[in-house]
Amino acid sequence: MRRAFILLRRRLIGSIPVLLIVVIGTFLLLEAAPGDAVDAYIGTTGGDAGLIESLRQSWGLDQSAGTRLAAYLWSLAHLDLGYSVTFSRPIRDVIFERLPNTLLLMGSATALSFGLGSALGIVAGARPGSFRDRFLSIGSLALYAVPGFWLGLVLTVIFSVQLRWFPSSGIETIASGKTGFARTLDIAQHLALPVAALGVIYLALYLRIMRAGMAEVWRMDFVLAARAKGLSRRRIVLRHVARNALLPLVTMLGLQSAAMLGGSVVIESVFSVPGLGRLAQEAVSSRDTPLLLGIILVCAVMVIVINLVVDIFYAVLDPRVGASEEAA
Amino acid sequence: MSDFTISRRGVLAGSALLLASTALPGILRAQEAKKGGRLIVAADSEPRNLNPAIVASNGVFFVASKVVEPLAEASFEGKDGLDPRLATSWEGSSDGLTVTFKLRENVTWHDGKPFTSADVAFSALQIWKPLQNLGRVVFKDLEAVDTPDEHTAVFRFAKPTPFQLIRNALPALTSVVPKHIFEKGEIADNPANTALIGTGPFKFAEHKPGEYYRLERNDKYWGEGEPHLDEIVYRVLPDRAAAAGALEAEEIHLAAFSAVPLADLERISKVPGIEVISKGYEALTYQLVVEINHRRKELADVKVRQAIAHAIDKDFVVKTIFLGYAKAATGPVPQNDPQFYTKDVPTYAFDVAKANALLDEAGYKRGSDGTRFALKLLPAPYFNETKQFGDYLRQALAEIGINAELVNNDAAGHQKAVYTDHTFDLAVAPPVFRGDPAISTTILVQSGIPDGVPFSNQGGYANADLDALIAKASETLDPEARIALYRDFQKKVAEDLPLINVAEWGFITVARNTVKNVSNNPRWAVSNWADTVLET
Repeated sequence: MRRAFILLRRRLIGSIPVLLIVVIGTFLLLEAAPGDAVDAYIGTTGGDAGLIESLRQSWGLDQSAGTRLAAYLWSLAHLDLGYSVTFSRPIRDVIFERLPNTLLLMGSATALSFGLGSALGIVAGARPGSFRDRFLSIGSLALYAVPGFWLGLVLTVIFSVQLRWFPSSGIETIASGKTGFARTLDIAQHLALPVAALGVIYLALYLRIMRAGMAEVWRMDFVLAARAKGLSRRRIVLRHVARNALLPLVTMLGLQSAAMLGGSVVIESVFSVPGLGRLAQEAVSSRDTPLLLGIILVCAVMVIVINLVVDIFYAVLDPRVGASEEAA
Repeated sequence: MSDFTISRRGVLAGSALLLASTALPGILRAQEAKKGGRLIVAADSEPRNLNPAIVASNGVFFVASKVVEPLAEASFEGKDGLDPRLATSWEGSSDGLTVTFKLRENVTWHDGKPFTSADVAFSALQIWKPLQNLGRVVFKDLEAVDTPDEHTAVFRFAKPTPFQLIRNALPALTSVVPKHIFEKGEIADNPANTALIGTGPFKFAEHKPGEYYRLERNDKYWGEGEPHLDEIVYRVLPDRAAAAGALEAEEIHLAAFSAVPLADLERISKVPGIEVISKGYEALTYQLVVEINHRRKELADVKVRQAIAHAIDKDFVVKTIFLGYAKAATGPVPQNDPQFYTKDVPTYAFDVAKANALLDEAGYKRGSDGTRFALKLLPAPYFNETKQFGDYLRQALAEIGINAELVNNDAAGHQKAVYTDHTFDLAVAPPVFRGDPAISTTILVQSGIPDGVPFSNQGGYANADLDALIAKASETLDPEARIALYRDFQKKVAEDLPLINVAEWGFITVARNTVKNVSNNPRWAVSNWADTVLET
């Protein structure tokens, strides 16, 4: 427990400069992109010079980049994410209204790819080099190579347009007035295809790591010992080989949480899920710097937290992690 | 339909696929609903400001035109191409200084207050003239609006203003909003800019960001027996392929503004129950234009511009890029405009040999590598077709020895590069013709426009004759004389080529055949849909 606490404290202090670098880096990147929020807006509506001038003024874009960054950091220090000019609303509201959708999508997809990936990895790793192993490895790699948007479209054509099992888009039935369990079911139904599209792609990673880890563990002496003891093959595979190959998978889980956020940009657009990924895309194309910074900050915090949880979990799983700090 | 669902439901429940067992409830609800029902349409954007009095753009009108009405709407049959809405008649004085509107009586706002001439006066003076993207140009000389009684509004102009222009501007520029809501506080910060309050057939009900807009029937609408629908829901579908899928899956009834890509139309037109409609956009014609930076010495030579015009195979563009859903353009006014268009202008047939000869004549011989000079080509990112035309133009220019480098930007980047920084040689733009050349067309060639103004002459072109012609037309009151001046304008533009008009197109609506009265006016997608019916 003490080890976990030390880890927590060290990570929290370490994450502040990380967040600062993320914020300033993103700000500069968006600053370097041609055009500002007024350019993006006026290109969709048209307008004369006076209108453009007054918009720049009221959106604060007539000030220098340094002034705007300082003002943003100042409000951030007060835990205020600022105001979005493209949505005419406080950024906190805009983000937290969509965060649950993304978390739900990402969480389910991660669970799917981790669960199914490691299970299939065990099947493949039980007999490395067998036909089953080859089939699963090649199949999962093929899926990994498929572009997310394409897989999403194919799933829509088959399961929404042809079979009509699942709705093609959205997060829930529009203005259905459903509550409680009926609503949960409704959302689950809407999420089925996007979760499948997002989860199936990343499945290959877990499968490959599980399989590779198991292939290595098979060569260990204790496996030989277990065999010599006369344990059943099933027991050896599950208790001895798979369990020891599980650690790298947990590491991957932490790393993948960031990649999932990236993948959800595409999937959220294809399935019209109102989530953070789509919001980020809109923020970039409308040059809404504070909104994009807010999204990236929230995502960065999420990634840090997930990795922290993974590390704590790791420390629990493996007594060697964090032991040196306790000694120091 | 319901038989099918029940049997399927039974099958799936039996197969323990609990998730799938309640599929399709949204569609069923729309079809079972009594009297009118719920029309579900695709929307591809959510404008930050939904107030059509401030932002006169199609993205805003698509939703807002059902809630907030203009003084008059475009019409196929009506006199001067107009149908009355909030105004019942309009008349201009012979000196061009006043226009008198008689307003509709017994109209109420959605919050129950009566609609009066004070609302029109307020909208015109406080919003259209100072704040609206298009109104700032057309209503710039509007001095006052007199309201002798509750149902008469008299617009007074400081300078003679052609009544024809005001009339042509009525559908897009005159959305009336309630004075009693907007007179309090800053207009830009008013919550009614998004939660609209109008007089239209539908009331604004809710907006769930990223998901949908919902409009509800206005029971007190002035149109007798209208509207027919109970609800209109705009589903936000940012992905284009998603709109086609949702139509086929019967999750939406209608997708306007070519939300279904042109390449999908042939396939989807064969799906039973789905119709592809190209009517209903006649007053919203988009033009495919090559913008030219006249600061480049080569492009300042009219022979070079003519050579480029000759190098473009307009029929190929129409057939291959627009798949036939467009027309080759002859000049700056589209052919489907009933008032101003003339075909009596210089034309540039597709002729590579002639283009090469013109370039030789202009003194730009081919170098040893076969190229004459290089330039930068910036296609606008707003439509697939503008990007594809950019690719085509690059190849067409290579045929005549001009090496064009394609520079692709996103919307904000394009706006800045072309209209503010002028870092382009050629650009591909999609300006809109809005029923009168003075609204958004003459600005494309007129000189003296400040940097940064989108869809305007930012190519440094200055032609004193053309400027004088535009100035004269803007103060010519007699409609016939005004039309003659704009015909002359078209001729001069086609002659001197400050820009090259390549094609003109309207959008495509794809709808289920249960939706009736679709595309029955020239601005249908952005009109009020009071007579739209959903058959069950």
